Amino acid sequence: MGNTRGELPTWVDVGLIPLLNLTVALLVAGLVVLIIGESPLEALWIMLKGAVGSLKGWGYLLYYATNFVFTGLAVAIAFHAGLFNIGGEGQAYFAGLGAATVGLGLQFLPWPIVIPLAILASMAFGAFWAWIPGMLQAKRGSHIVITTIMFNFIAASTMVYLINNWFRPTGKMAVESREITGAYILSFREIARDYFGMRLPSTPLNLTVFLAIIAAFAVWYLLWRTKLGYEIRAVGANSEAAIYAGIKPERIIMITMTISGALAGLMAVNEVLGVQHRLLLEYVGGAGFVGIAVALMGRSHPIGIVLAAMLFGLLYQGGAELSFAKPLISRDMIVVIQGLVILFMGALEYAFRPALAALFLTAED
Amino acid sequence: MTAAIELIGIDKRFGSVHANKDVTLSIAQGSIHGIIGENGAGKSTLMSILFGFYSADKGEIRIKGQPVKIKSSSDAISYGIGMVHQHFMLVDPFTVLENVVLGAEGGKLIGPALARAREELTRLAHDYELDVDPDAIVGELPVGLQQRVEILKALFKGAETLILDEPTGVLTPAEADHLFRILGQLRDQGKTVILITHKLREIMAITDHVSVMRRGELVATKETKSTSVGELAELMVGRRVLLRVKKGKAKPGKVVLEVKNLTWKDRKGTARVDNVSFSVRAGEIVGIAGVSGNGQSELLELISGISKPTSGQIIFEGKDIGILGDPAHVRAEGLAHVPEDRQHRGLIASFDAAESSILGWHTDESLGKGFRLNRDAVINRCKNEMQEFDVRPNNPLLTSAKFSGGNQQKIILAREIERDPDLLIVGQPTRGVDIGAIEFIHKRLIELRDEGKAVLLVSVELDEIRSLSDRILVMFAGRIMGERDDHADERELGLLMAGVTRDAA
Repeated sequence: MGNTRGELPTWVDVGLIPLLNLTVALLVAGLVVLIIGESPLEALWIMLKGAVGSLKGWGYLLYYATNFVFTGLAVAIAFHAGLFNIGGEGQAYFAGLGAATVGLGLQFLPWPIVIPLAILASMAFGAFWAWIPGMLQAKRGSHIVITTIMFNFIAASTMVYLINNWFRPTGKMAVESREITGAYILSFREIARDYFGMRLPSTPLNLTVFLAIIAAFAVWYLLWRTKLGYEIRAVGANSEAAIYAGIKPERIIMITMTISGALAGLMAVNEVLGVQHRLLLEYVGGAGFVGIAVALMGRSHPIGIVLAAMLFGLLYQGGAELSFAKPLISRDMIVVIQGLVILFMGALEYAFRPALAALFLTAED
Repeated sequence: MTAAIELIGIDKRFGSVHANKDVTLSIAQGSIHGIIGENGAGKSTLMSILFGFYSADKGEIRIKGQPVKIKSSSDAISYGIGMVHQHFMLVDPFTVLENVVLGAEGGKLIGPALARAREELTRLAHDYELDVDPDAIVGELPVGLQQRVEILKALFKGAETLILDEPTGVLTPAEADHLFRILGQLRDQGKTVILITHKLREIMAITDHVSVMRRGELVATKETKSTSVGELAELMVGRRVLLRVKKGKAKPGKVVLEVKNLTWKDRKGTARVDNVSFSVRAGEIVGIAGVSGNGQSELLELISGISKPTSGQIIFEGKDIGILGDPAHVRAEGLAHVPEDRQHRGLIASFDAAESSILGWHTDESLGKGFRLNRDAVINRCKNEMQEFDVRPNNPLLTSAKFSGGNQQKIILAREIERDPDLLIVGQPTRGVDIGAIEFIHKRLIELRDEGKAVLLVSVELDEIRSLSDRILVMFAGRIMGERDDHADERELGLLMAGVTRDAA
C-alpha cells in the first residue's frame, strides 16, 4: 500500500518546516505588537540589532544559548528513550545545590580541583533529581511527565527552604548564598582583560560555553556511536523490539533519566559558577522549560539543539533590548512573543506538515 | 446475467506507487468471485476504492449497470456493499446485538433498534446458518464467531454484495469450511461475494470466478472450473514457482532443545502454555501447527527468554535457559530467534536497515570494542548480509520501514542465521511475504537444517508446516495435542488443531 501520510525530503523536515513555523510565529507576534500600537518591523529591527548587532549582544545571546543547550540536550536525550522529561527546570535548580556546596565548602582548595568537583557535583545533583522519577517510572510505572512536573515544585520549595535557612548568611536580607570567592569560572571579559589586555563589553558569557559544545558532541557520540546509545534509541523507538533484543527498558529508563538530569544540572555550572557566583532564588528562570522548545525545534539532534538554543538566545537578548527601547512593549510582552515561538515550534510543530506533504506529492506526479 | 458490480478503468496512484493500473472487472450477480495476488499487488486498494476508503484517480464504478460515486463507506453501505475486514471492526465489550446495530441505530433511543435487530438476526441465522447468541459479549466469542458477527453486521445493513478480506487467516480448517458453507448459502440466495485471499486452495474450493492481480494490474479473470492451482500461482508471480520446496530426508542428531512440562500462566492465572514437553534435535525441523492464539506465541516468548516460565524447564544444550528469562543470555548460548511479529519485534521501523540488522546482537565485540559501536562495521555487516540474502534494495542506509515485507523478513533471517546459531526458532516466517520470497526463505531454512542445525518452526499456515517440517506438533489451547510425521494427513492435523484427538473422536 502506498503511503498516504506522505514522506517529505529531509531538508523540508529539518529546514523548511522549522523555518515556516518560526515565520508564522513572528507574524503573529508582529500582529500583537501592531495591536499595542508599535511598528512590528521596527520591533524586529531592534531585537536583531540588540542581539547580533554588537559584541555585547552576542555575549548575552551565547550566554543564554549555553543554558538552553544544556536543558535542550536534557530533554532530547530523554526523548530518544521515549521519555518526556519536563523536569529540567527542577533538575537544574537542584543542581545549583551541588555547585554551591562544593564552590563554597571547598573554596580553600586550588581551582583546578574545585572547579571539576563543582561541575561533577552539579551533574550529580541534577542526575539525582531526575533519577528518582526515572526509577519510579521503571519500577512503579508512575508516569514520568507527572512525576517530573511534581519534582519541579518539590525542588522549588526545597531550594527556598535550603537557601533561606542554610545558605543565607545571618543578617543578610536577600535570600541568596554567600559569594563564591575562591574558585569560579572565568568570564570572557576577565580573560580578555587579564590575559590579553583587551577590553570587552561586560557580559555574562563565560568559559561554560565550551562545556556546552562538548556536551552537545558527547550526546551525539553517545546516541549514535555507542552501544548504550543504540539501546536508548531502541527503547524509545520500539520497546517491544528492545525487549526481544535483550535490552531491559527499566534499566535504560533509569540510565537515560540520570544522564538527562546531569545535562540539565550543567546549567548550574553556567549560572552559579560562571555568572552569579552565588546561589540565587529561582535562578533557573524558565530555562528548563525553554529546553523543551529547543529540543522540539532542534528535532532532538545536538546540532539542531545548538542552533535552536541560539535562536532562543537571540529572542531573550533581543527581547530585553526591545523592552528597554520601547516602554510600551513591556517585559511581559517579550514573554508573549517567546511563548508564541514555543507554541508554533513545539505544540504546533506539525501544523503545516500535511499541507506541505500534499504539495510535494502533487509536485511529484 | 447482469453484473452486480462493474469496475471500469480504475486507476490509483499513491505518490510514486501505481497501486491500480486501469483495472476493469465485472462481478456477476449471485456468484463468488475470488481476487488473488501477492502482497502489494493492489487487491486491497481496489476493494478500498469500491468500499469508499479511497477515491480512484480515474475510472468508473457501476452497480447493477448504474454508474455511482462512492465517496465514503456509508455511501458503499447505502449501495448494498458490505465489507468484512481482516482485522475485525468490533467493539469487544458490547454484545453481538449492540455490535450489529452499531452505525445503524436509527433514532435517539437504542431500544427499538435492538428489538428490530433481534428479529432480523433470528431470520438471518435461520437463512444462512449464521447462528450466534445475540446477547453474548463479542470479546468473549471465539474468532470464528466474531467473524460471523461481522458478516451479520453487513447483512443487517442490507448488504447485497459482501467483500471478505483474507477471511480464513484466523480460522481452523473446520471453521473455514463452515464459513465456506455460509458463503455458499449467501450465493444461493442471490447475494454476491467477493473473496480476497492469497490461498490458492480456497479459491479452487469455493469460487465461481477468479481474478488475478499482479503489480497493480488485473492480469487475468478465469472461470475457476477451467483453471488450476499451478496456473494461478504462475499468473500471480509472473513465472513458474515451486509451491513445495524439495528436501531430502532429515538426519537428526543429538537433542539440542528439550522442553519439559513447561507451563506459563497469564495474570488472570489462565495457563496459556500448559504442561508442554517436546524436544528438537540437530538436523531437523520441528513444526508447531495450530490456529493462531493457542499458545504458540507464548511458547516462542518462553523459549527465547522474553518471558519466564511459571513452571517447567527449557533445556538448551544441557543448560536450563528458562530460569534466566533473559533474551540476551539465551542468545549468547547460541539460540537465534526470528520473531512472529516482524514489524513490532523483529526490527525497528524507524532505524535504518544497518541498525535493524544488529538488533539483539549489538553488544557483539566485532561491532566495536567495549562501549563503542563502530558505524562502519555495522554498515559493512549489513551490506554482506544483504548480498547473501538478496535483499532489495541493497541499501543499508534505507529506513527499515521502507522495505517490503519479504525483504524485511530476509533482513531478520540474515541477522539471525549469520550468527551461526545451534537452534533457530522461527515464528510465522512467511506471514505477509510474497511468493518469491517465501520460496527463498523456505530454501534457507532447509539448508540450515541440512547443515545440522536445529530449527523450531511455528506457523499458522498448515501448508508451510507440512512442506518444511520433519516432525509436526499441533498446539491447541496451550497444550500439545499430538505429534505426527511429515506425511500427516491434512484432515487429521485439522482435527488436532480444533482440539479433537483421535482417542476422543
